Amino acid sequence: MKNEWPLWEIFIRGQHGMSHRHVGSLHAPDAEMAIKNARDVYTRRNEGVSIWVVEANNIAASSPSDKGPLYEPSESKVYRHPTFFDIPDEVGAM
Amino acid sequence: MAAPLTDNEALFQFLLRMGDNTLILGHRVSEWCGHSPVLEEDIALANTALDLIGQTQMWLGLAGEVQGEEKSADDLAFLRDVWDFRNVLLVEVPNEDFGRTLMRQFLFDAWHSIQLGHLMKSSDERVAAIAAKTSKEVAYHLERSADTVVGLGDGTEESHGYMQAALDYLWPYVGEMFVSDEVDAAMAKAGIAPDPASLRADYDALIGRVLAEATLNIPDSGFAHKGGRNGKMHTEHLGHLLTQMQWLQRAYPGASW
Repeated sequence: MKNEWPLWEIFIRGQHGMSHRHVGSLHAPDAEMAIKNARDVYTRRNEGVSIWVVEANNIAASSPSDKGPLYEPSESKVYRHPTFFDIPDEVGAM
Repeated sequence: MAAPLTDNEALFQFLLRMGDNTLILGHRVSEWCGHSPVLEEDIALANTALDLIGQTQMWLGLAGEVQGEEKSADDLAFLRDVWDFRNVLLVEVPNEDFGRTLMRQFLFDAWHSIQLGHLMKSSDERVAAIAAKTSKEVAYHLERSADTVVGLGDGTEESHGYMQAALDYLWPYVGEMFVSDEVDAAMAKAGIAPDPASLRADYDALIGRVLAEATLNIPDSGFAHKGGRNGKMHTEHLGHLLTQMQWLQRAYPGASW
């Protein structure tokens, strides 16, 4: 019999942050308790205004061994960086 | 028969009851710190304990003011002896196991949340302000303890057994929260706090809902251990708790950070 609670990945949107950010993981029997546990473990110091939880085995991840083919080709393509024009201040955060 | 209570004495007693409940339960729950079955519950329980001790600072701080003997919340917490404590017996019973700890928490949280709902409308603004501030914490305590009671009660055969045993053991301690005496009569008359007996119907409805969902049976007994909230007779456990909680101030009077 499996005796361990499943692992959940926790994402929290901070007071001023615009997107949820991965803050860590924890164990919980279900999604509702995962949110409660995340509240108790990761928002004790007033860090968050919103919590997402995702069961870890539902996250599909790239393989570290594919690093070369996946990322190296972009290293030499400096022209893809938007550093050749000025962004007007009015645009705000991007 | 002692002389009748003045309004101020009654208010002081009422504030001790509020503050001693949260102090003693906060201490009990803090005993799990570093010992809980899983890290997540360990942190959650420590948060609850800290909330309760923070609430104690407010209740006993106000009690000290009302008493008018220049005593701080710390003085009242650390320098009184067993017979001066006014908490209900429920909060001083030992943790025993995780099931009993969570069941005790739930049975207290349910009363606490209903009580604070009434105190938010207290005629005493200081009481109403503390109630407003603490009720948000307590709403979360209740949500968490109720969920855990349901999760474990309606869980495995083993966890169900633990929760039913916890409920059977703690049930005789529930009644004391609803026994009214002359302090309560004075508080109700002044509009400061509700008559405890008047909260029973809401309480029974709330715990009845949760315990039914948890597939647990409420014992068919109205017997109630009493003597905590009027200080007449605490359980033998409170003295042991105080020796731990108070030893530093007893051994090193006036020690501070």
